[in-house]
Amino acid sequence: MTTPRTSPPPVGAPVRRRADPADPAGPSGRGAGAVDLGVRSVRIGPVALPVAPRSVLVVVLLLALAVVVAVCSVLFGEIQMGFPRLVATLSGEGSAFEDYLVMDSRLPRVVNALLIGLALGMSGSIFQTISRNPLGSPDVIGFETGASTGGLVALLVLGSGFAGASVGAVIGGLATAVVVYALALRNGLDGLRLVLIGVGLGALLLSVNSMLIVQADVYDAQEAGGWLVGNLAGASWDGVGWLVVTVSVLCLAAVGLSRPLMIAELADDSAAGLGQRTDRLRMVAIAVGVLLSSIAVAAAGPIVFVALSAPQIARRLTGASGPNLVTSGLTGAVVLVLADHAARELFQPRQVPVGVVTGLIGGAFLAWLLTREWRKGHA
Amino acid sequence: MSTLSGDGTGQRLRAEAVTLGYDKRVISEDLTLAVPDGSFTVIVGANGCGKSTLLRGLARLLKPRSGAVHLDGQAIQRYSSKEVARRLGLLPQAQVAPDGITVADLVARGRYPHQSLLRQWTRDDEEAVREALAATDIGDLAERLVDELSGGQRQRVWLAMALAQRTEILLLDEPTTYLDIAHQVEVLDLCERLRTERGYTLVAVLHDLNLACRYATHLVAMKDGGVVAEGSPADVITEELVEDVYGLACRVVPDPECGTPLVIPRKNVSTTPSAPSEEETR
Repeated sequence: MTTPRTSPPPVGAPVRRRADPADPAGPSGRGAGAVDLGVRSVRIGPVALPVAPRSVLVVVLLLALAVVVAVCSVLFGEIQMGFPRLVATLSGEGSAFEDYLVMDSRLPRVVNALLIGLALGMSGSIFQTISRNPLGSPDVIGFETGASTGGLVALLVLGSGFAGASVGAVIGGLATAVVVYALALRNGLDGLRLVLIGVGLGALLLSVNSMLIVQADVYDAQEAGGWLVGNLAGASWDGVGWLVVTVSVLCLAAVGLSRPLMIAELADDSAAGLGQRTDRLRMVAIAVGVLLSSIAVAAAGPIVFVALSAPQIARRLTGASGPNLVTSGLTGAVVLVLADHAARELFQPRQVPVGVVTGLIGGAFLAWLLTREWRKGHA
Repeated sequence: MSTLSGDGTGQRLRAEAVTLGYDKRVISEDLTLAVPDGSFTVIVGANGCGKSTLLRGLARLLKPRSGAVHLDGQAIQRYSSKEVARRLGLLPQAQVAPDGITVADLVARGRYPHQSLLRQWTRDDEEAVREALAATDIGDLAERLVDELSGGQRQRVWLAMALAQRTEILLLDEPTTYLDIAHQVEVLDLCERLRTERGYTLVAVLHDLNLACRYATHLVAMKDGGVVAEGSPADVITEELVEDVYGLACRVVPDPECGTPLVIPRKNVSTTPSAPSEEETR
């Protein structure tokens, strides 16, 4: 962000006083006080939208990056493929093997990763905003674990198939959210309280998950393993249709909440002073966020780290405060495709679940975040 | 001192026999207060006497159990939250600046009540933000991070956010807390200018009695959730009243600078009172 007229004074510089501080900058903003606000008003008919050049650039670049990363993940690996062959295969002229590699193995996996990453990134952004804490993401505060518990219960206890397990995951995620918030609410929402209660409940649910696996018979337990650590290895086109529909609807809802969330990010009284009641908004936002993360868990099991890291990376990319919902979602998509590519190719001929890869990187990231928050809290 | 119910002229904001409280605890019962238009109304009183609660009630943050707060001739509960925020601004006691937010970005959030899904950022918004930055003299800080600012600067940023809201009524809950004496005066001078130059109506809770006397055009003294006296500072602040409200023995002398009442606490040990030349004792 550069300014044509004023440059920011160095830290600690005294504030310059004008003779008449009440002098307005003038109707066109070209007066002495003209400063770059970082946003431009862009008008299309009756619509006037704020456009922050840097954020727009970041979104465009991330979209391009997502496409590039996705294509590369299909092309490269233990078996390499040229771009012309990919085009040929996509237009139905590939060999049987190419057809299998692209259409049945790699492409569905990449598409799943994009959609799930998008859902996780947005979900993380919603939760970090309403808890006003970077640690308030669904993977840290047990919502993903709760969703996997729901999936396991449906699969192992109720004996439903994988479709039933998906429904179970969503119910599990919602139930966990209700319990955590009910315990955390006390005269408004305290972010730290929410994180601590969530972490506690998450640990408890993790034990429940292990218990469910131990109790189950060996065959079932192996099948249910995906609900313990997120895995995209078996991804197919089966779930993609409903994943596209649910994720797009929820993402649109999330983007609609973007502006109110930006206000709710302030303290409750400040938000109320600006005409935004936070209680009802929070309920809606939580519902959208939990559905997003639970659907991700339903599709691939609990993939940690993405919801936690994507909003943090997005904020550093745009330099903008606020939820950065779109940027977080796109970052999540890129991160998950990269992580899954690593899970697929790094340990050939074996494959590890993508949850293991994200867990490894996520552990380090979480440690860094904790030390940073700790220092900030004790500064 | 007396307010006639139903008399809406000259008093856009009134509390009519309101009972305010949290959960089971009642703080104020049957309280009536009219804020004169164009006044700098300052509410004073001992800790826990219900000053902030009253302000929260006036701002619609707290729903009265009985009675009603009237804004522009209508019960405030009948307006939408955003409509209230277009008529009345609030600077709460405790604020949280989001991580990594710039000054301009935070001040811009004051435009929220004027925006809608389609009209999110117009020329008016831009102009209001620039004007608020200029009025609080923080134009130079626009691109700085709020986290990096000093307490005095930060308070001006929050004030700028409330100004960007462009409401003619502004409620301020202890706007000078945590500020040193110079910054306290600076913030209050700014409030004074808003009133005289732009016709704002201000309602503030202040702890410093002497500054309250200096800046208030209408002083409200509260005790145990009720209003014990209101009027011009010279009429309200007497040795008896300070004794009654704060339980503090004091002398009240004219402020050598403005002639407004100056409260000087008496020494515990009864000695001969010193000459009234000492300043601010807190």
